Amino acid sequence: MVPFFAYVTVFLLIPALVVVIGAFVSGGRPTLGNIRALGQPAVTSALWHSVVLSAVTAVVGAVLGAVLAYAVSTASPRGVLKRFLTSLCGVLAQFGGVTLAFAFLATFGATGFLTRALATVGVQSGGGLWLYEWDKGLMLVYLYFQVPLMLIVFLPAVEGLRPQWREATETLGGSTALYWRRVGGPILLPSFIGALLLLFTNAFSAYATAAALVSQGSPLLPLQIGGTFTSEVILGRENVGKAMALAMVVVVALVMTAYAVLDRRASRWLVR
Amino acid sequence: MTTAPTTYAPTTSGGQRGVAVELTGLRRSYGPVRALDDLTLRLAPGELVALLGPSGCGKTTALRCLAGLEDPDGGRIEVDGKDLTRVPTNRRDLGMVFQAYSLFPHMTARQNVEFGLQLRRQPGERRRARAAAMLDLVGLSSQADRFAHQLSGGQQQRVALARALAIEPQVLLLDEPLSALDAKVRVQLRDEIRRIQLEVGTTTLFVTHDQEEALAVADRVGVMRSGRLEQIAAPQELYSRPVNDFVADFVGVTNRLPGHAHGHAAAVMDADVPLLSGSATSGAVTVLVRPEHLAVRPDAAGGAEVLSVSFLGAHARVVAQVTGGPKVFVQVPSRAVADFSPGQRVTVTPVGEPALAVAREEA
Repeated sequence: MVPFFAYVTVFLLIPALVVVIGAFVSGGRPTLGNIRALGQPAVTSALWHSVVLSAVTAVVGAVLGAVLAYAVSTASPRGVLKRFLTSLCGVLAQFGGVTLAFAFLATFGATGFLTRALATVGVQSGGGLWLYEWDKGLMLVYLYFQVPLMLIVFLPAVEGLRPQWREATETLGGSTALYWRRVGGPILLPSFIGALLLLFTNAFSAYATAAALVSQGSPLLPLQIGGTFTSEVILGRENVGKAMALAMVVVVALVMTAYAVLDRRASRWLVR
Repeated sequence: MTTAPTTYAPTTSGGQRGVAVELTGLRRSYGPVRALDDLTLRLAPGELVALLGPSGCGKTTALRCLAGLEDPDGGRIEVDGKDLTRVPTNRRDLGMVFQAYSLFPHMTARQNVEFGLQLRRQPGERRRARAAAMLDLVGLSSQADRFAHQLSGGQQQRVALARALAIEPQVLLLDEPLSALDAKVRVQLRDEIRRIQLEVGTTTLFVTHDQEEALAVADRVGVMRSGRLEQIAAPQELYSRPVNDFVADFVGVTNRLPGHAHGHAAAVMDADVPLLSGSATSGAVTVLVRPEHLAVRPDAAGGAEVLSVSFLGAHARVVAQVTGGPKVFVQVPSRAVADFSPGQRVTVTPVGEPALAVAREEA
């Protein structure tokens, strides 16, 4: 247990303490000024954008990922297709940051492969500028890792559905649609919402992909926090950044608490 | 070994409230494997028939075809005179209890039992009364508000039985419902299933690989091998008059003793054993003799040596090695345990009960 506690202390507890203490300190003295600064329009706007971006990509990613997970669950358990897809999603779910941003730029950017190819056949895609906007291109890029993550997280739940439940429904007089409405759907619901919340926090805390793709302003909270540490224009706002980080911690903690409650219920229903 | 004819009519009957079930010439293959090979089986109204056999013999496939969960490649399924061969499961009016884990985990025991009644649009009051009656029937009224994960394996299977019976199905299907339970609960629940089945009178098909279970609960037991019925008969008849060595081996313990047939008897271990019909009647044979149909007595000049003695409660078992012959199992009264010990010389002889003999190829 010692290595575990050492790891948790160094990589979780100490950074968390630095954030919490830093959020209430300025110039070496205690203050609530950093917290009050969270009410500034730039910060509230960034928080709102982060929540919208995370919610939209979580919902779309969860729906698409769930459909994909069901399709994969129907494939042969030891078949090549299933192994290939789950392995691929394992990689893609972690495929973020500069690499992913560059892949999209090289494909959909102003001089991207697809943009140029479409231009040669007379289709103008607007110079690929949409790709750099948080509510358009960034959402698409985030979905690139959100959908595979959903598949990985949700697949065990789908595979936990026992064939006997469907067969019992049928012998009791129910149709396939009724099975999904009254049995399969309700059993999967906690797992689905839990996975959706996980996707939300995944997008909410993502930094590198957004930083690589969005260069104009800091429309998202992680970019705002980064700005307080790296900006050469506004200095001395590091502790405001820590207050913003604290706000993110609170949001993520609330979401993860809900996730834990749902996961506990799902694990009682679905013995994986 | 040639298989017995696969058409059988019921020889016993249970209650009179159930319906007749008839499977005729059912065939089902999975690739090159024939899971059902021209299976014909009839269940009389109210009868409980157990299908018994080793893994892969087709007993579960037969039950699933009757349930509509598998489509037969050929043959006909009739329930109460109506052809259900191509009727979807949800319109067959059957109740089914699965091996395990079939309760809906997000519903309480009561909600599980009410589920089928809701699908039949029964009014709330009537539905609740019926569910309560069914839970009472299986002795779980006090557990009605518990979820599946809060119930033991035996309790879950009782709820599953109550759920299946709540809709008053024409036929009850039991797919190895006791196999996931521990020995004591298994015996309790199997007796309870029989009690309830007799009470409600529903025609029932019970699939199991446990011969003791099948013999204990069924009006008739069908022994299956390779998709075919080897024999179907009342438990007593199946045990005492097996039609072939597969049935004799599968149902109960059997000693395979070398002998020589001459007409309707065979010479075995210096005694004559009358032979059952269907036996080989001449030449070298293997005679299938039950442990209780052998006698053993201490004899310093005997032709066998005791290997072990086991006390089994109501009776005991002596295992002896016949000199130059097979190892034999002999059932003796439990009070006789003290008369035998390992290494002791004994004489083993058949008591003269009829037995089946099958032709033996000489080495």
